[in-house]
Order: sequence, then C-alpha cells, then structure tokens
Amino acid sequence: MTRVPVIELENVSRIYPGGVTALRSVSMRIEAGELLAVVGPSGSGKSTMLQMMGTLDRPSSGVVRLLGHDVAELDDRQLSAVRANWIGFVFQQFFLTAHHTAAENVATGLLYGGVSPAQRKERAVAALRRVGLGHRVDHRPAELSGGERQRVAIARALVGRPAIVLADEPTGALDSRSGSGVVELLRELNAEGTTIAVITHDTTLAASLPRQVAILDGAVQRDTAAEPGEVGP
Amino acid sequence: MSVSAPAPGRAMPAPLPKPARLNPWDLVRAGVSGVVGRPVRAVLSALGIAIGVAAMVAVLGISAASQAQIAGQLEQLGTNLLRVTAGKTFFGDQSKLPENADEMVRRIGPVRQASATGAVPDTTVRRSNKVDPRETGGISVNAARLNLLELLGAKVRSGTWLNEATARYPSVVLGSLAAERLGITAPGQQVYLGNQWFTVAGILDEVPLAPEIDRSALVGWQVAKEQLGFDGHPTTVYERSSDESVEVVRDVLAQTVNPQSPNEVEVSRPSDALAAQLAAKSTFTGLFLGLGAVALLVGGVGVANTMVVSVLERRSEIGLRRALGAGRGQIRKQFRTEAVLLSGAGGVAGVLLGLGISAAYAVSSGWPVVVPITAIGAGVGASVLIGTLAGWFPAGRAARMSPTAALTGG
Repeated sequence: MTRVPVIELENVSRIYPGGVTALRSVSMRIEAGELLAVVGPSGSGKSTMLQMMGTLDRPSSGVVRLLGHDVAELDDRQLSAVRANWIGFVFQQFFLTAHHTAAENVATGLLYGGVSPAQRKERAVAALRRVGLGHRVDHRPAELSGGERQRVAIARALVGRPAIVLADEPTGALDSRSGSGVVELLRELNAEGTTIAVITHDTTLAASLPRQVAILDGAVQRDTAAEPGEVGP
Repeated sequence: MSVSAPAPGRAMPAPLPKPARLNPWDLVRAGVSGVVGRPVRAVLSALGIAIGVAAMVAVLGISAASQAQIAGQLEQLGTNLLRVTAGKTFFGDQSKLPENADEMVRRIGPVRQASATGAVPDTTVRRSNKVDPRETGGISVNAARLNLLELLGAKVRSGTWLNEATARYPSVVLGSLAAERLGITAPGQQVYLGNQWFTVAGILDEVPLAPEIDRSALVGWQVAKEQLGFDGHPTTVYERSSDESVEVVRDVLAQTVNPQSPNEVEVSRPSDALAAQLAAKSTFTGLFLGLGAVALLVGGVGVANTMVVSVLERRSEIGLRRALGAGRGQIRKQFRTEAVLLSGAGGVAGVLLGLGISAAYAVSSGWPVVVPITAIGAGVGASVLIGTLAGWFPAGRAARMSPTAALTGG
C-alpha cells in the first residue's frame, strides 16, 4: 500500500486581487520523511507556496491536498484543526510572546490541539530538551540568543508531532553560526522521521538539503525529486 | 463533512483531526496574557471604566448612607408626633386655638403627651435695644409649655431649659438658629425682648422634627402673659401617641381642639418632612447615577478603542495563533474575553474605589457606613456587559483577519 503524500499540489495557481499572479499551475508532492528546500529569490512566489502548503491561504485554482484531503472542502474549523495537528510552522521572525517563558511559548503550540494544560507543559519541556534548550525552560525570549529563540520556535512547531514542519527562512534572522546550528537541528529532526520543508532564498542552504524545488516567477523551475536517483522513495 | 474520494490506485487519506475546543480556563489565560502584555495601556483603558463604576458606587453608597442616617433619625425621633396649628379663618384672619387646647388633646385616648407653644404677637427679640425692632432676623418669640422639650425630644446644648421658676421671670431659651443669628454663644447673656432685657437661660440643639423651634426664642407661659401681652392661646399644639394610633388621632385632632370650626385647624406630621427628604435623596441619586452611567459609557468607548488598536497591532500574534491552529471562533472568543477582562478589572477596581470614597464620606459626615450590595453587583455587572459590547466589533475584526495578512503585516 502506497503512502499518502503529506502535501500534494496539483496545478495550483494563486492570483491576488488586482491581478498579480503569484503562482502559476504549480504541481509537487512531499512524501513523509522528506527534507526539502523550496528555494527562490524574493518575489518568486515561494512565500505563497508556503501559505498554500500551510493552508493559510486557498488557491485560486488547482487542488491542495494534505494527507489526501482537499483543502477546498474543509471549513475554517476543520482547516484550523489540520493546522493544529498536522502542520508545524517556523517563522523567520520567531513570533515568540515576549512575556511568556520558553516553555509557555512552546506549550502554545498545543493550545489549539485539545491537549490538557499539564500535558502541554510536560511535552513543551520535552520538546525544549529535544532542541537542546533543556536549561532554558523558564527563560523569556529577551534572555535568549537569536539562535536559541529560533530553537524555541522549532520546539513549538515540533511539540504537536505534526506531519510536516514548514520553516519559512528559519535562518534569515540569524548569524551564520546560529544559522548552521539551526540547519543541523533540522537535519537531526528529519533523521528522526520529521518531514520538513524549508522555504528559503539561500541557495547554499538549499543545496545542503536532500531535495530542492526551485521557484521562479511563480512556477517550478526545477525539482530534484523529478530527477531519478537523487531521492530515495 | 465530505472527504475527497481517493483516486483509484491512491492510498486512503488519513482521518481528519477533530477540531478541539478551547477550555474556558485556557481562554481566560489567553485573554489575561493579552492584557498583561501591555500593562500601561490596559491600566489606562480600564481606568475609564473604573472611574465610571467608582462614581456610581460612591453615589449609591453615599446616598444609601445618608438615607440610613435619615431613616435612623426617623427611627430615633419617632413618626408618632403630630402638630396642630391654628390656621386661617374662612375670611383669612388668624384663627385661635382654645387656651387649654393641649389639655384637650391630652384627653384623647391614645395620646400619651401633649404640649404647646403660643406665638407672642408683635414682639421681637434683639441683641440690644439699639437694634431696629423691625429687624427680627426671622426669629419669632413664643411662649412654651414646660414639657415641650421632652415631647419634642429636643436637647439643651448649653444652659438649662425653662422651669417653674424661670417661666415666671424674664428668662429665655433660644433655638439653635435664633442663638446663632443673635450672636449668643453662652447662657447668661442678655437679649432685648419686647421692650425689656431677658436673660438667656439656655440654648437648644437643633430640633429636626420641629425646625420652627430652631428659629424661636422661647419664654415661659406666665411671663409672656404678664409682661409681653400674650393672650394665652396656644398657636401650635404638639402631641405624641402610640405609633399605631397616629392616624386615628389625626382624624379627631381638629375636632378636638376646635369643635366649632375644625376646618380652620391644620394638622401635620413633621416626620413626613423627613420622609420626603428620604424620597428627595433618591431622586438626586437617580441624577448622579445617570452621570455615572455616562462616565461608564465613555469608559466603554475607551475599552473598545483600545481593543481596536490592539487588534491592529497584534496582527502577527493573530496570524501566529491561526498558524498554530486557532479557528476564527477561537480568535473571536479570545479578544472578547480580553475586552471583558479589561473592563471587568476596571469594574472591580471601580467598586473598591467607590466603596472607599463612600465609606470615607460617610465617616466624615458621621453617618453609618453602608455597603450598597446592589451597587456592587450593578457596577461589576455593568462593566462586564460594557466589556462584552466593546469587544464585539474588534473581536469580529480579529476573527475575520486572514492568517496570511496577519502574518505578513507583522
């Protein structure tokens, strides 16, 4: 029995009001266990790709499927549940709550998944340990370095054990050392079975990942998965 | 819920996750987090509500205390006092009560005690004989029965009340206002009454049930008749009966004191004036309450404004929460909760402030401290209601914000 792709885009286009075409008929599949980069310069449409894959926005035409479900057929509550349970987001600007501790920030990742407060706390601490911040559990974001903040954000994305982690320029706000540390962490997490898509403009970073999907002017230019022999499954 | 049918040869889709409900405690925590994240603004916008509620609670508290004071006074003074005055005749002349009117009243069954004063006509009291006799200062000279003081429950502030001996001599007891207007501060001083000097025997405290006594110079019945040309006819008779029989007595009083023309007699119940004061207080309370409500409304607008700004500022937080799986409804609830918390906190602070103010005012006025339970309930209730209304529009706006707009706007 074949496994359902985690995310499947089928001829997805997104035209914004005003006539700007951000994506034109993009098709791609992300299988469970992959680590890939969606790479392209700014304005290429990769952020729109992220929004499509993360169900934050709906396509103008085409089909987006998450674990086999057509996003267009889900209402807001169902989509929210999909995001709460299946997708973990990591943002360039971290988006941590300043007056919450690291553990509280991570626990927010479980808030909308129907997890009890005690469990949230326990799992948040475990997730922080996993990203190497077991000693920073009660620190607030202001007391953490940029790299540590991004690790907290990664822990928040991981804590719900999502089907996929979507990381939007995860190293964009970091110096190169913290950045490579974060990439290393993403590799480790992938090795443990987490499916991860990194959206980046950084071609070097993209080249270091097993699969690259290059985007330009809203279309897929090159997908190394389509080139046989490069990717396993 | 429809699930896209799997294409042939495709694996079955995973079962959809079930939308989870946010438990109330988490909702409150999310709301509190939003409020404490911007403490200065939260305090300022809650302040508007606090001031409105404080104004309302303070007004209600103060008025409750003053009403309790009047009610207590009524209780203490009794509502069983009736006053009979000689009215006007049919032709508009001053009518007269019989000389022994108070004795006649005393003979009515339920009457416990009766007393009288008689206006001494064409007589004024002055600080000295140099003062123009026409400048009366509104003070009237009255002959008083000796039991008047006891019957009215009046108290002597200084000196003594009239007695059998002083009632025969030029001694005078001044009502509180009369003493003040004449500038008499201690007994033993002399005033020029009619056309001779009288010695001030005593000064009375205020008599709440008979304010006319406050403006009187009271002399003995006998000295008034012998030296001031008083005809001996009482002009006012006071009586007390048991509480239950006040109405019965009231019905027969006029006939008793003036059988020939009972319609010329005016019977009144002085405690009615106090009761009317009680009623008047509640009217004023209504007015101030209205003002407090306006303040509260303004506070509500402040909270709404804060929430609108907050929603605009927190686009990235909203976006993040949406990305973390919050549905529109959950975002809406969070912002509504926040508005209610903000406003409710202001309401609680306002209640405490208002209680403090009213207690301080009551203590400084010598009134009993009354905790207005309904005002507390209404204050908190109103602030919560206003928070609900103030949060409605901003919360809807936050909920409608698209997750991408929220994220890219941050």
